[in-house]
Amino acid sequence: MKNGYFGRFGGRFVPELLMPPLLELEQAMETILPSPEFQAELDDLLRNYAGRATPLTFCPNLSQKLRFELWLKREDLLHTGAHKVNNTLGQALLAKKMGKTSLIAETGAGQHGVATAAAAARLGLDCTIYMGAEDVERQSANVRRMRLLGARVVAVESGSRTLKDAINAALRTWISSQATTHYCFGTAAGPAPFPRLVREFQSVIGREARAQMLERTGALPDYVVAAVGGGSNAIGMFHAFVPDESVTIIGVEAGGTGEPGCLNSAAINLGRPGVLHGEYTMLLQDDDGQILPSGSISAGLDYPGVGPEHVYLHDIGRVDYTIACDHEALNAFQALCREEGILPALESSHAVGYVLSHADRFRPGSRVLANLSGRGDKDMDIIEHALGL
Amino acid sequence: MQQHFLEQRLLAARQAGRTALISFVTAGFPTPETFWDVLRELDASGADVIEIGVPFSDPVADGPVVEAASVKALQNGVTLRGIMADLSARKGQLKAGLVLMGYLNPFLQYGFERFARDAAEAGVHGCIVPDLPFEESGDLHASLSAHGLALIPLVGPNTSSERMALYAKNAQGYVYVVSVMGTTGERGALPPELPAVLARARQAFSLPIALGFGLKEPAQLDSLPQNLRPEAAVFGSALLKHLAAGHSPASFMQRWTQPR
Repeated sequence: MKNGYFGRFGGRFVPELLMPPLLELEQAMETILPSPEFQAELDDLLRNYAGRATPLTFCPNLSQKLRFELWLKREDLLHTGAHKVNNTLGQALLAKKMGKTSLIAETGAGQHGVATAAAAARLGLDCTIYMGAEDVERQSANVRRMRLLGARVVAVESGSRTLKDAINAALRTWISSQATTHYCFGTAAGPAPFPRLVREFQSVIGREARAQMLERTGALPDYVVAAVGGGSNAIGMFHAFVPDESVTIIGVEAGGTGEPGCLNSAAINLGRPGVLHGEYTMLLQDDDGQILPSGSISAGLDYPGVGPEHVYLHDIGRVDYTIACDHEALNAFQALCREEGILPALESSHAVGYVLSHADRFRPGSRVLANLSGRGDKDMDIIEHALGL
Repeated sequence: MQQHFLEQRLLAARQAGRTALISFVTAGFPTPETFWDVLRELDASGADVIEIGVPFSDPVADGPVVEAASVKALQNGVTLRGIMADLSARKGQLKAGLVLMGYLNPFLQYGFERFARDAAEAGVHGCIVPDLPFEESGDLHASLSAHGLALIPLVGPNTSSERMALYAKNAQGYVYVVSVMGTTGERGALPPELPAVLARARQAFSLPIALGFGLKEPAQLDSLPQNLRPEAAVFGSALLKHLAAGHSPASFMQRWTQPR
């Protein structure tokens, strides 16, 4: 396989001015990351600062109704409220060891921004977060959290004023600030080596969950399910299970409001191959190769592309990529709140939403493991509005 | 190897004792109706090469001026297919070298082979693709070179001699040296490390050098040592701002062509 590729997908389509920092990062992945000191420090941060290992929760009430076992990997219980901090602590520590003094990052819903701001504060790094101006308006609580954690938040006014434009702005900034700054990329996408680096830091989710399932049930799950936007929580969950042939793996993309032709974020299901943000991947685009706006009730899934490893896993038929729409996520949100006392993020609600809507697909008596990637406090305004509460 | 047309254009300017002028205009700027008049006027007032910007929704290497022009062009319905059709209809009307500059995805969706064939037929001489580093450039380079089109490399202040040598293998036409660690857009002064960058480029490439990103007036080049002066100067954002303010292409070119 070509360097930086997953099958035909991935690569490093960036201006030459960004090649040196990406190659420098790749080098650091080979030398610094595997060292026992780095691994020990990261392990300490994950355990004693972020709150790993996260619990594996059996859902007794939903399981009884569904007639299969529903298990949740509880990344929502991590510090800052989502899986994002696994990656930001890893990258921030790596950046510090590389001699960088500042972090920049993009954020959509603000979860990656908050997790980056926290990691930067903890490790003594300067932090600037780029966020689409529209997201700044609709996710104001997270903007306040980032600022309280000491980060500068830059509202990006160009393009569609959302996540993809925040990535453009961060990449532009990185061209001029690369000597002192690490770009703490938030998902398992973008130019190589980010897809591999982010997977490296997120795959702790699946490793833990696999061991926990074996310990609690004596067997592997029959199904593993996660929501896919850029794809970091999903690749983190899937990676450990890919070699387990008995495990059916399901990735759930966001279908938006669901009527034909609606805005969506289902790049694998509804997109075509192309190049955006440094990678060759599936993209929502028009016939001329212009990137189309994406849409989802979940800001964290609202992105017109997807990480290249997911496209590869789709290509070789290992993972089944499906779609759940806004109303299915809202349904799962309410079910988890009322039946299990868990207030999930709208991203994670897509994964559970697919399971609830397609319950007949799962064998009675089987074990279904879903990644509950984040908590839903950040989404309360959106949810109350959507449900007319 | 036979000298590429673009290389000939720049070397001819040098032989005439002047800096060759490369003007960048986003397709359809300032309006789709006046764009071709702008190109004709630039051509008539001394542009040696004209770079036509192919708009893209996510231009990561561009500053605010070129990005705004790109957004406007897309709103006005400018597409690569349309640009090719317009070029084809006007083939032979311009004496300047013609280069298309744009991000990879529109070329990829058009199809590299089909694009190279159509571009050659429409009188295009080369391409600049800012998000295509050497490692990813094999397929496009193969298609372009089969049709006699140059793939012009972009190198900058942080490009090592080793990486410049990689680009030198496939480069034709000229080498585009980015003067600053940043995006497109005019700056007041050239960065102090520029002479070292130009020296590395002189060593690595046998091609003429075009200097761009940040140029707004010819006096900026005066500070460079004689042997490191680029064969060509590229101006984009400064020209777009000039045009957006309602001034003529010819009056912009006069800044560069008048004896000083």
